[in-house]
Amino acid sequence: MLVSGIKSRPVYPGLSPDPNARRNLIVCDRAGAEAVVELVARAGEDFVKRASVILVADDASSEEAAALQKKLDPVHVEVACSLDAAIAQLREILSGASMGLRLYAAGSEPLIGSVVQAGAENFIDPLSVRTEHRGSLMRRVQCVHCKGMTENVVTNPVKCAHCGLLLLVRDHYSRRLAAFQGVCINAEDPSDSPEPKVEFQ
Amino acid sequence: MTASYLRRVKVAEVERVASRIKRFRLVDVENKPLSEFSGGSHVTVCMRAQDRVIRNPYSLMGCPSDTSSYQISVLKVDNSRGGSQFMHDNVVVGTELEISEPLNLFPPAKLARKHILVAGGIGITPFMSMMSELDALGSDFELHYGVRSAAEGAFCKLLEARYGSRIRLYLQDQDQMVPLERILSNQRLGAHMYVCGPKPMIDWALRTATLAGWPDESIHSEQFNAPPIGKPFVVKLARSRREITVGGHQSILEALEQNGIDAPFLCRGGACGQCETEVSGCDGFIEHNDHYLSEAEKASGRKIMICVSRISGDAVTLDL
Ligand SMILES: Cc1cc2nc3c(=O)[nH]c(=O)nc-3n(C[C@H](O)[C@H](O)[C@H](O)COP(=O)(O)OP(=O)(O)OC[C@H]3O[C@@H](n4cnc5c(N)ncnc54)[C@H](O)[C@@H]3O)c2cc1C
Ligand code: FES
Repeated sequence: MLVSGIKSRPVYPGLSPDPNARRNLIVCDRAGAEAVVELVARAGEDFVKRASVILVADDASSEEAAALQKKLDPVHVEVACSLDAAIAQLREILSGASMGLRLYAAGSEPLIGSVVQAGAENFIDPLSVRTEHRGSLMRRVQCVHCKGMTENVVTNPVKCAHCGLLLLVRDHYSRRLAAFQGVCINAEDPSDSPEPKVEFQ
Repeated sequence: MTASYLRRVKVAEVERVASRIKRFRLVDVENKPLSEFSGGSHVTVCMRAQDRVIRNPYSLMGCPSDTSSYQISVLKVDNSRGGSQFMHDNVVVGTELEISEPLNLFPPAKLARKHILVAGGIGITPFMSMMSELDALGSDFELHYGVRSAAEGAFCKLLEARYGSRIRLYLQDQDQMVPLERILSNQRLGAHMYVCGPKPMIDWALRTATLAGWPDESIHSEQFNAPPIGKPFVVKLARSRREITVGGHQSILEALEQNGIDAPFLCRGGACGQCETEVSGCDGFIEHNDHYLSEAEKASGRKIMICVSRISGDAVTLDL
């Protein structure tokens, strides 16, 4: 479970339908799609009529993606080949959207973080986004030294993909960057390299 | 909050701005600069009436960066138990009053793209300073202001002169209604709605926005709580082992203050949460009049906001 004492650590209360929204825009990955299936099953017909899904299918075969699309029927599903592509599409929609649009995100933390971030850039309060964490605990980590982002981090510590420093992944989260902070673990003595352990699977 | 936080001011100007509304301009008694505030703030005005002290919150109306004086406007309330009547009948140019430092429970959202302000009657007051601030920042706003009649609406001319087409007036005696549903439809993402006025109007505006699919985070309200009076009851203070009678026309907070007991408060309107008090026993029912505690907290009967809520029954024991 994603629980921690650090205040900046976001919480994900779970998806629930907004019966009044004029438009329900849902972004999810393969694991998050299961939460969306449950949401759609629970919500009324009106919700379904006003809902559309952007599915990030970077870890799914085209058969798996098609199967998920079928499970979500009759909700309209757009399949995006990567998180970046999905977020680009989301930004496009939000830039012309009206009040009454409700944003949902389900899946890994980097996905949720990117959706909340794109929402905030388009004036949506982070607390207005309904979120549910599903699947991998992998994190997006920003190196506090070189400011580079390392994606899909499962181990702690982790080597920065940009400057190569060994980073301790903290629970300190930046909503603006949609990333956790990584701080050099062996600044005093670079020869002291603790073995990375899988922590965020 | 204790007496040391109070600032002594005197009334520099009184103006009748509508049939039942007076505007007061307050300056520091020693002409020292007042604190800057932010749009939407209010102060608690402390009035020393003959037999008692009355403390009521009033919204600041002037320009937030003007530290030479504060302006408030007070509606004369029918069946007033004191405060608004005192301001209208006893307060004249030269009268000295005490006020708290400004407090803001109704600030404009910093990251909004557009601000839609909805006022009814005296509920215009917090928007006066808010519009000053938004205008200075070059922010996009519009005001929808409902008044009973031209005679009862305060500041209509002034607002139209200052802000032009950003002000829309609705006269109730000519059957003009704020077309809120239409106003809220087709707003781009980033619009925020603010409402202040009589309780039924606030409830209606909040409901309309929710039904239009607006998220709670984009909807803001301030209620000028004037909770109902009730029957007298006894407050038992568990820690100091004292018993105090709360009169039918008094709040628990007022009764404590009258008996020299300092309890924490800020807004005195059931909104800020400062006066939250643990209930250790209740011989009757709590009448929750605040809009701070959650429904679950209210139902639990373990907490009470002593500035506005009372009990129907004989006695309540508080952790004080
Ligand atoms: C944040 C805020 C801003 C406000 N701004 C303005 C403004 O700009 N202009 C304006 O005209 N009014 C404003 N008000 C309302 C104002 O404070 C008074 O409530 C109003 O003037 C009526 O006061 P009154 O003393 O005449 O009458 P009443 O409403 O009869 O008395 C109010 C007093 O009753 C006490 N009381 C509270 N709960 C109970 C209870 N359950 N039982 C018995 N007594 C209780 C309170 O301590 C308060 O002092 C504002 C209120 C709030 C909360
Ligand atoms: S003083 Fe603010 S809620 Fe009571």
